[in-house]
Amino acid sequence: MRDLLRFWPDIRPRAWRYVVSILLALVSTGVGLFIPVLTGRAVDGPIAQRDVAGLVAVVLLVVAVGFGESIAQLVRRMLTAGMTADWEVLWRRRLFTHLQDLDIAHHDEWDSGQMLSRATNDLTQLRRFTAFGLPFLVITPCLLVVGGVILSFIHPVFVALLVLMAIPTMVGVAWFNSRYKLAARAAQDTMGEVSTSVEESVQGIRVLLAFGRSPWAAARFHAIVERLRAHELEKVRLDAWLFGAIMLLPQLALVAFAAVGAWGVVAGWATIGQTVAAITLMMYLRMPIEMFGFLLADALMAATAATRYWELMDRRPRITDSGLPDHAPRDPSPGVLEFDEVVFQHEDAATPLLTGVSLRIERGETVALVGTTGSGKTATAALVPRLFDVTRGAVRVDGHDVRDLSLADLRSRIGVAFEEPILFSATVRDNVAMGTHAVDGSAAIDDDRVWEALEVAQAADFVRALPDRLDTEVGEQGLSLSGGQRQRIALARAVAGHPRFLVLDDPLSAVDVETEDRVQYGLRRVLAATTALIVAHRPSTAALADRVAVMDAGRIVAVGGHEELLATSAVYRELMGATV
Amino acid sequence: MTDTTSTTDSRTARRSPHETDTLPPDIAQRARRLLVDLARPERKGYIALAFLLLAFGIGNAIGPAFIAQAMDQGIPAAIDGDTAALAVPLIVFLLVTILTGVADFFGTRMTGTLAQRLMVALRKRLFGHVQKLGISYHERSTSGRLVARQTSDMENIQVFLTGSLQEMAIGLTAMGAIAVTLIVMDVRLAIVVFLGFIPLLAVSIASNRAQRRNQRRTRTAIAKVIVHIVETLGGIRAVQSFRREDANIRHIVHEDSEYRNATAASLRNVAWFAASTRLIGNLSMAAVLLVGGWLVIGDTLQIGMLTAFLLYVRRFYGPLDELVQAVTMYQSASAALEKITAVLDAAPEVVEPTSPTPLPARGGFRGEGEPGRLPEGGDGHRPATSGDDRDLGGGRLVEFDDVEFAYGDGVPVLPRFDLTIPAGQTVALVGATGAGKSTLVKLLTRFYDPTAGRVRLDGVDLRDVADADLRAAAVMVTQESYLFGGSIAENIRIGRPDASDEDVRVAAHAVGLTPFIEQMPDGFATDVRKRGGRLSSGQRQLVSFARAFLADPDVLVLDEATAHLDIPSERQVQEALATVLEGRTAVIIAHRLSTVEIADRVLVMEAGRIIEDGAPGVLIDSGGRFARLHSAWEDSRA
Repeated sequence: MRDLLRFWPDIRPRAWRYVVSILLALVSTGVGLFIPVLTGRAVDGPIAQRDVAGLVAVVLLVVAVGFGESIAQLVRRMLTAGMTADWEVLWRRRLFTHLQDLDIAHHDEWDSGQMLSRATNDLTQLRRFTAFGLPFLVITPCLLVVGGVILSFIHPVFVALLVLMAIPTMVGVAWFNSRYKLAARAAQDTMGEVSTSVEESVQGIRVLLAFGRSPWAAARFHAIVERLRAHELEKVRLDAWLFGAIMLLPQLALVAFAAVGAWGVVAGWATIGQTVAAITLMMYLRMPIEMFGFLLADALMAATAATRYWELMDRRPRITDSGLPDHAPRDPSPGVLEFDEVVFQHEDAATPLLTGVSLRIERGETVALVGTTGSGKTATAALVPRLFDVTRGAVRVDGHDVRDLSLADLRSRIGVAFEEPILFSATVRDNVAMGTHAVDGSAAIDDDRVWEALEVAQAADFVRALPDRLDTEVGEQGLSLSGGQRQRIALARAVAGHPRFLVLDDPLSAVDVETEDRVQYGLRRVLAATTALIVAHRPSTAALADRVAVMDAGRIVAVGGHEELLATSAVYRELMGATV
Repeated sequence: MTDTTSTTDSRTARRSPHETDTLPPDIAQRARRLLVDLARPERKGYIALAFLLLAFGIGNAIGPAFIAQAMDQGIPAAIDGDTAALAVPLIVFLLVTILTGVADFFGTRMTGTLAQRLMVALRKRLFGHVQKLGISYHERSTSGRLVARQTSDMENIQVFLTGSLQEMAIGLTAMGAIAVTLIVMDVRLAIVVFLGFIPLLAVSIASNRAQRRNQRRTRTAIAKVIVHIVETLGGIRAVQSFRREDANIRHIVHEDSEYRNATAASLRNVAWFAASTRLIGNLSMAAVLLVGGWLVIGDTLQIGMLTAFLLYVRRFYGPLDELVQAVTMYQSASAALEKITAVLDAAPEVVEPTSPTPLPARGGFRGEGEPGRLPEGGDGHRPATSGDDRDLGGGRLVEFDDVEFAYGDGVPVLPRFDLTIPAGQTVALVGATGAGKSTLVKLLTRFYDPTAGRVRLDGVDLRDVADADLRAAAVMVTQESYLFGGSIAENIRIGRPDASDEDVRVAAHAVGLTPFIEQMPDGFATDVRKRGGRLSSGQRQLVSFARAFLADPDVLVLDEATAHLDIPSERQVQEALATVLEGRTAVIIAHRLSTVEIADRVLVMEAGRIIEDGAPGVLIDSGGRFARLHSAWEDSRA
């Protein structure tokens, strides 16, 4: 429940609406009670006395009260209609913002389906609860208390009976509470797994098709779905007990009221009128008591959703702005990229991946990083834009420790291209220009600069041939491009902002040999003015560099020119395929 | 382009053709048909449930009558000493209540069970169908949208089935039972009550229509939100590196505002609907009072009857609030079901044959489940074996017979061509990006069907081969090496799910994965997503190769499968390939011409046509296009 209360700051600014709508609900319930009283009066009065005018008067009164009740209901619902939808959207925006700020290590830890299901299913559950469950969760006890008070005025013995009924119910509810929470949590977690499984089956469709493994994926999915079914059925079983029991309670009370009441009348400590009144009231309280079961289940699901939401929100991003004031706008050593005794270990790994990397890349220099698969090249590159933070040592950009710059400032100095190009569902223009806005978020580059970047990456020719040129939708929702084309657009994106530093992770792996030649030609001009770190698997890529650094088992074992290393380093010769 | 927001807007506008907003007009009927189809196997269950709910509704409706009797007659009688007059209605009431409670208990469980059965069936059907839809559908759609269909839309249906459906049934039953009681009590007054049905029906129809519109909007909007979240999470590295966060937030706020508006509209509609049904109820109460009073005054109605009637009228309109709520949930669920139906109605473009032709039996040379174990007699020179001497090799004959291929837009990507690849031959496919190499191999692996002509494997048209047979015979490795959640061993085992641990080890060893795997915390059991099992793209690619080696197909297709490998790894893979490909048919696309070293034959493609075809040495000597490519590649190696 504490997790639900944490939403209070969002609710507080509009709490008055809530209060008004709850009051209106109480009023309309009260008014609703008034109508039977009126009709009772009409029957006893004008009708019994054959007074037509009086009858018409009462009927008009009933009509008026009827309008009142339904208007109260309309206003109550209208007051909260937009509000609860606003909350769902607000909470989703906050979660989404938080997810974007969480560092990569967190993202690697979580299944994306668990994140997605929190942002959608759980928040929808919370909205439903705030819209329907919560107000009635407030109203129902009020009604019961009011009913109890009235009952005590009628005769205290009925209250005693009611309390007697309530005790076993409380015990039952407590039992239900703990079990239902477990079941709801298991079900909601499994829904996250369904999400993950579905996502994998769609994103990995090519592998599944190529190996004919759709049945395998289906079997995995079926196992999760069956588990989900088991958890849902557990909830249903608990619901069945609760609803059944809670329904029985007011009925038992009715029987007890009638029996005890009659006994009281016979014994002389109660009147028949009291008994009838108590029974009538209890019949009226039946509905809210029965509804309490639904409300409880709903509240528990909402509480589970809230717990899941805050679990994710409470993850603190480990990579954040330094918190230092934007000190010294002057860069101590502009254009220099330096790795200083860098040790890096994934938090959950047994051994460090980088065991002491030191490398200084001078302004305008290009260094190629080569090494076998898994030697730590990609990790080294990822440290520069702070996708991960060093475990020990430091990475310096323009002479600043990367941890001392604000993330926006740091990342605006660096252009990155990953080994697997990531294009977004957007136009070619958006994809290329996306990293180029200034730190304040304004002024992205114009089309000329976009074309210029595309020219460098040798992507301009095929973009010109696209149906809407720069406006062509690419990415998952648009035109499907070949691997080489995607890679070149990603490369154009990296160079588009004229960043001071370029970090390119094997940027030409999917590009064919002829195109590669031309890309290199274009890239050379850009590299001349940029400090660059290029992860390379091929001699052709390594040849772009002024110097080559050879990595092996988490450290740099040799640095030198391409030819020089070919002559001196056996490791390098092997990497470049020059031996055998 | 200076303002990101404006591009977001224009993008949304332009994207709409891709969007499946425009569902066919008869989608509602189709969705209903789907529902009936899913429910049919549980016919008996639903009938039993209907009886249970009926019992519950009736019990709930008539129970209070006994209390009334106890109050009106029982209590006075009890005071007079006749306790039976009080006890009997009370005991009957208690019995009815307990029976109703039991009906409720089993009704709830049964509703849940049936709802879950339907959900599981629907989930499985949709999942299976999405898998069958084929690559062309997936290239047009987005993963996020298909995820939305299978998560958010499904939840909506489940909420309705497990909660609101029962409520709706109980409410309607209770109303029906009370309606009957009303008629029995006094037909004239009952008619007055039923007159209220006319405006009630009108309001319901109007609201129902509005809700359908709102709920369809909601489903469409939330799908867009999900698409955006899935894409952002998938590309989080690029999002952070390129400071895309703010633009993304603007985007999601934009998409979500549509969701918000649709949801709010729906809630406002509920407000009007609920208020007007309540008003109709109150007005008909007033009408009954007026007419009833007049009848009593005219002496044609007992005053006690009027009192009872008025109580029942109030109860008659009692469940309307819940019904209003249930109708909204119903519309939401049916909007979701419509979206799901639209996916299920999409016809797979690559269809499994109804009566498949078996492929000719393979040569029996291979040891059980041992990858890479090869026939004797390969002396480095691979003869182009034909179908007759299959016993010597595991390859299969591939024929492209007058094949033409065009995508949906009709522009031919591959103009008509013929191509025969004898069993056991290794063919390298080279050419610039966009020359049609990938398309050609996708025809061979039946990711697409040709627009004209036939692709045959050992003489059998691929369209006549059962999918399982085809996938066992021909396997493709691409440069995307997707890893599924689970251990490394599980991921390799995708190549052959029944492979033993030893087979998995051998396959991993063949491609040079073993050293990396041994460094991981749990070795082969290391989860690829969590606990230090992060794999580089090169390692992922090696996993793909291990899968292919384990699958041990007759025909192996490699589409840029070595792009992310460093040279030593590539060498190792190629050495392994040289052994594995012995006697197999292979088609290899690679920009790095090192592949050619193991190829028997090279095909050079340009603009969808095969322009050169021959042994690599011959082509290099002939000084054509391949010769130029080859020398460019030789240069790049230096």
